Amino acid sequence: MNELIRLKTPLTDEDVEKLKIGDRVLINGMIYTGRDAAHKRLVDLLEEGKELPFDIKGQIIYYVGPTPAKPGQVFGSAGPTTSYRMDAYSPSLIEKGLKGMIGKGMRSEAVKEAMKKYKAVYFAATGGAGALLAKRVKKARVVAYEDLGPEAIRELEVEDLPVIVVNDVRGNDLYIEGEKKYRKG
Amino acid sequence: MREVNVRLITEKVRDLCMEANTDLGEDVLQAFDRAMTLEESPLGAEILKELKENARIAREEKVAICQDTGFAVVFVELGQDVHLVGGDLKEAVLEGVRQGYRNGYLRKSICHPFTRANTGDNTPAIIHTEIVPGEKVKITVAPKGGGSENMSRVMMLTPSDGIDGIKRFVIERVRESGSNPCPPTIVGVGIGGTFEQAALLAKKSLLRSIGSRNPDPELEKLESEILTEINKLGIGPQGLGGRTTSLAVHILMMPCHIASFPLAVNIQCHAHRHKEVEI
Repeated sequence: MNELIRLKTPLTDEDVEKLKIGDRVLINGMIYTGRDAAHKRLVDLLEEGKELPFDIKGQIIYYVGPTPAKPGQVFGSAGPTTSYRMDAYSPSLIEKGLKGMIGKGMRSEAVKEAMKKYKAVYFAATGGAGALLAKRVKKARVVAYEDLGPEAIRELEVEDLPVIVVNDVRGNDLYIEGEKKYRKG
Repeated sequence: MREVNVRLITEKVRDLCMEANTDLGEDVLQAFDRAMTLEESPLGAEILKELKENARIAREEKVAICQDTGFAVVFVELGQDVHLVGGDLKEAVLEGVRQGYRNGYLRKSICHPFTRANTGDNTPAIIHTEIVPGEKVKITVAPKGGGSENMSRVMMLTPSDGIDGIKRFVIERVRESGSNPCPPTIVGVGIGGTFEQAALLAKKSLLRSIGSRNPDPELEKLESEILTEINKLGIGPQGLGGRTTSLAVHILMMPCHIASFPLAVNIQCHAHRHKEVEI
């Protein structure tokens, strides 16, 4: 099994270049949440030539719509949602400097191409491990689109958030390679 | 004739919604353990360990196992000698769902199909009511997440497709679904009946405890053959490669029309949540 790598955001080109598929990574620092509705608004801003509500350079977006936090909890259960719904929007954000995305499930060819061209990676977090992932969130605050409720963009301070590299900057895909490796007959 | 106040049904549904979403069944945990001993992918084994740890945290801290706390699917088996008093059954169940999702800090995931406007309280619920002999009320709450439900299908096969046709369709469905339904999954299969009955059979088959035997030896054999083939696909935990693509295949079957051969596949993610109570 590949070694465990600790990364701190914001990420640089060098940080993502050294990652390869199957690497287990522990993410530290600030990351941002967003699902389809928030992505649409971000890309609309870019098309209008306006500033984004946060500096996206070197950042990671986590595709998550958490449960409401219980009293005393920093963040509710927070596993990844399926990523293909963000595929239409991700290339524009990667071009603007987004370095990482966390979700689950395969990405489109266009997203994979953008990751290669502008040096970004796609991580999988364990789908359904919402209780475990929530405990790695130390602070959370809404930075944009509060009206979207669980889908608002939040800035999260995470400590050792466990993820796995699925698409690296060289165009490799763990969903394809992993299945190929273990298929029988 | 026994009187049951529907207030009691509301309370039970409320508690079952919260319990099901935070307390994963022992049968699922044991299935994770068995899978860990068989998993050839180190990364896959690591993910199974993470799922067990996640279930432990959820149970101890009474928080949702998964953020997708699902559509509340409620099965009511109503004894024919029960007289419900104090209100109507459907509203009592819906009120239980409302209270459970609010008090349990569960995500509200139900919306209008066109506008996508959230209903705000996770209602309506899907309620399947059956009148049975006796004077008891049995309630089962099975929250169903969107990711795995989206990968489910109904197929009206041709009688000539035979058992091989069933095998091919189920295995192909799991292969095509890949990482989307959050493997390791449980595959519910309904055979026979009509279009809608096949789907209901597939859903009900999921309620059987993992590791238990199918009472029909022919179906038991079919379950095991399909599971073996599925676990050769290589999809593995979370679709990242490995042996454990599914933990179990469950089949329910009933007679069908002479012209038909209905088949339904209901895929269930590893957060296989269902709790029941008898009043």
